[in-house]
Amino acid sequence: MEPLQILERLKNQFGDRVLEVADRKLDPFAVVDPKSIVEIGRFLKSDPELQMDCLSNQSGVDYKDHIAVVYHFFSYQKRHGAVLKVKLPRDNPSIETLENVWKSANWMEREIFDLLGVNFEGHSDMRRILLPEDWQGYPLRKDFVEPLEYHGISTVRESPIIRLDTKKK
Amino acid sequence: MSTLRTEEMTLNMGPQHPSTHGVLRFVVRADGEVMREAIPDVGYLHRSIEKIAEKVGYHGFMPYTDRVDYVCAMFTNQGWGSACERLGHIEVPKRGEYCRVIAAEFNRLASHLLSIGTMGMDIGAMTPFTHAIREREMINDLIEELCGARLTFNYMRIGGVAWDLPPGWREKASAYLDHLEPILDEFNNLLSFNQIYVQRLANIGIITAAEAIDYNLVGPNLRGCGIKWDIRKDIPYSVYPDFDFDIPIGNGQWGTLGDSMDRYMVRVYEMRESVKILRQALAKIPSGPVLAKVPRNFKPPAGECQIRVESARGDMGWYVVSDGTGYPWRVHVRTGSFAAMGIIQKLSRGLMIADLVTLIASLDVIAPEIDR
Repeated sequence: MEPLQILERLKNQFGDRVLEVADRKLDPFAVVDPKSIVEIGRFLKSDPELQMDCLSNQSGVDYKDHIAVVYHFFSYQKRHGAVLKVKLPRDNPSIETLENVWKSANWMEREIFDLLGVNFEGHSDMRRILLPEDWQGYPLRKDFVEPLEYHGISTVRESPIIRLDTKKK
Repeated sequence: MSTLRTEEMTLNMGPQHPSTHGVLRFVVRADGEVMREAIPDVGYLHRSIEKIAEKVGYHGFMPYTDRVDYVCAMFTNQGWGSACERLGHIEVPKRGEYCRVIAAEFNRLASHLLSIGTMGMDIGAMTPFTHAIREREMINDLIEELCGARLTFNYMRIGGVAWDLPPGWREKASAYLDHLEPILDEFNNLLSFNQIYVQRLANIGIITAAEAIDYNLVGPNLRGCGIKWDIRKDIPYSVYPDFDFDIPIGNGQWGTLGDSMDRYMVRVYEMRESVKILRQALAKIPSGPVLAKVPRNFKPPAGECQIRVESARGDMGWYVVSDGTGYPWRVHVRTGSFAAMGIIQKLSRGLMIADLVTLIASLDVIAPEIDR
């Protein structure tokens, strides 16, 4: 099925809970209601015409006024894919986990939690994955300011280019 | 007589361990020599490549992509280039695409040689490793003539490749393929049918097809489970439809379908297919320019797209969001190793500690691709 047909089918099935269908983009996507993401996920996986057996990518984007979580679904049997988005408030973003539908969500959700601070409710192991456990802040947020030191180790390094300049003086 | 101690033991494997192929740590809960569980702990190599992309612009990010996967940097180059071209509606000249395919397939050979060689070494066979490295060095010689680098290859640009093939390079590459092809068979005879080797790999770390899809395994790890799926064939990109090649899949020849041996064999057979593609590409390469005209200050229109390329480690997805300025708003790389690490915890239950080594090697994970 073409991506637009898939999104149309979702629209028919879930009505108002599919908030917006962007069809003029390079990859068409649908924005859905965050509260029903698990329900939509289960439908995508079990519907005989869609059979999205793989959650191939999950990434978070900070849009300054909201945080979007982008899901790329794919079906190996039907050889088609779809893109869904949810928009979450920037302060305390939270959404239900898809881990119980697709196992691959486990690590990808941990990564989004680590770098963007999105909390996935019901996740079995919600802790930082790439950064240290005691790291402050979420680096991929647009307003993240890098701390000057971490446990006494300076994160600021003298630029070799500037040092060459001062030598001249 | 003293009583036996029977409590569970916690072992740390890594972050520096000769067989983890990079800085990777496993917390192993073991009962004697049998693992209860091996919990992967990643992030020792995290450099926030995705954040860097937001700061350096589209052209400027190209050299950083090499570091995402330093063993096969051509594919990360190609993925990033294609994503930018799709965003900016740029058409790559035909010769440019051929150059890309040639460089990428040579890189696949180099990467698989390293993977197979280190796999032998992890099991204790040192000789095949030195042979594999020798072959890899020859490929590095060829690639060095293309782009000047021996590790972080940076040959591609947005809109094509940086330079045309040097004079006489095609003949040299063809001659090398003539030299490599018999060696692949020799390699196979040296390593693949060795009794110890087969026993260490067959029936270890069995992944079923449904599990592989559920955990989002890609590339040789997925094909090892018997699923015939290759981005080059199934979602064709670049000039791959021009070539005639097969997709080898695991068939449970030595044990169960989807075990470590199957994943290894898929890589061995894939190298022959790469040689096939290379021969056709070197023969058919058209003339013309290799680089499309791309403005120095490249500003793709606002939008977002995902590009998938078949890297040596499998399906590599670049998700790029542009806001119309010269700097990407968000870049996300989906890599094969990241997903492969997710399944290790499940696979490790009940295996011997020594099998964890072969498990990591057979999944061919590489640390910078997990951490990025």
